[in-house]
Amino acid sequence: MRVTVIDYKAGNLTSVLKALRHLGAEPEVTDGNLSLVEAAERIVLPGVGHFAATERLDATGLTPAIRAAIARGVPFLGICVGMQWLYAGSSEAPQQPGLGHFKESCTHFAESTEKVPHVGWNSLEVRKGSRLLAGVEPGEYVYFTHSYKGPVTNDMAAVTYYIEPFAAAVERGNLMGVQFHPEKSGATGLKILRNFLSWNAEGTE
Amino acid sequence: MITKRIIACLDVHGGRVVKGVQFVDLVDAGDPATQAARHAREGADEIVLLDITATHEGRATLLDTVRRTARELFVPFCVGGGIRTADDAAQVFEAGADKVSVNSAALKDPTLIDAIGRSFGAQAVVVAIDARRDPKASDPVRDAEVFVQGGRKPTGRRVVEWAREAEQRGAGEILLTSMDSDGTRAGFDCELTAAVSESVGIPVIASGGAGTVEHFADVFGRGKADAALAASIFHFGVSSARSLKEELAKAGVSVRLPC
Repeated sequence: MRVTVIDYKAGNLTSVLKALRHLGAEPEVTDGNLSLVEAAERIVLPGVGHFAATERLDATGLTPAIRAAIARGVPFLGICVGMQWLYAGSSEAPQQPGLGHFKESCTHFAESTEKVPHVGWNSLEVRKGSRLLAGVEPGEYVYFTHSYKGPVTNDMAAVTYYIEPFAAAVERGNLMGVQFHPEKSGATGLKILRNFLSWNAEGTE
Repeated sequence: MITKRIIACLDVHGGRVVKGVQFVDLVDAGDPATQAARHAREGADEIVLLDITATHEGRATLLDTVRRTARELFVPFCVGGGIRTADDAAQVFEAGADKVSVNSAALKDPTLIDAIGRSFGAQAVVVAIDARRDPKASDPVRDAEVFVQGGRKPTGRRVVEWAREAEQRGAGEILLTSMDSDGTRAGFDCELTAAVSESVGIPVIASGGAGTVEHFADVFGRGKADAALAASIFHFGVSSARSLKEELAKAGVSVRLPC
């Protein structure tokens, strides 16, 4: 399967590529080759780092190409900053718009005595009917590392609690995003990536 | 609920895992890739690989070790030792590390922390601090002295002050090793760990002295650690991360289980 992994120079892709290969996919990386986005059977937008780095997606023409692919029904998975990009924007870089598929914006964790960034293994409260998180049982943990987060909305596939409830995963049709790192979340993470790779419009396995 | 992390640490020398007491008397403890995979399978929340005698000549060996270790590892993987420049860090990331830990080079040139953070994100930068209580200081704990070069060379820097600077420069986590406790299996230095953890807003990983389950419960409680590193307790079949976490859960510590 042709999985196009978008490189926007916001950190390290090695772990994501390794996990996809482990699951039998053939990831191809692009930082601006639009034909790879046009031919993609799956698109993964990873990302660790600063929201401002997504400016590169606009500069290289990837934003409209990805938008068109999503409209064609290509399954899309955003990871960490890649998920936050699906929203209107983030207070981490207010001048930089996101894709705007979800109308809300991402914000920094509220002031508290807890440590920020939120680093470590936390649990998921999975919404019924999530296809991305199918088979993830209560009490399974995934690995997070982030200071900004998406809001609690109806598009959430899972909520996690740290300082406040936030969107651990979002899902709307073929559009999916996870705040945590499935490529670093052991067997649970690989299960989620496998769900993404086997996703189809009919909802059959 | 966020869980306390148990991190398996592999001290590596010349491509092999080694363990010593207070940084000396090294003995062989196996192949890094095999050990890392075993720890992950047995419930470790994260793997740290420290090249304890990193030399320029040894870089190729280390990168090969990192590549082999990362290949089938699907938990967070941090690599440290001998990372002197942002380019060194980039090579280690390319080989498959998720985080790098910097120590001596960051003390020599603290802008290294900013530089790696800018390119790879703060979450990818762990600042490792080796500190020894200073009985001559007015506050021997907060003013514990920071050492470099594997604990061989004093810097005159004070632990809390340096940890704060590291945070301001964009470190994502602090890996704090008590040189007084390291390798003794007599318990973590909880006072030292708490002093640092309460002085910064980023997670602190406690290291040095793990010997029993109670030591871990203590450093997560009194020591206010967010994670704890263990090397000797896992080697030679003494215990596993899973059995350690099962015991910690009974003691009321929130840990990732089942794992």
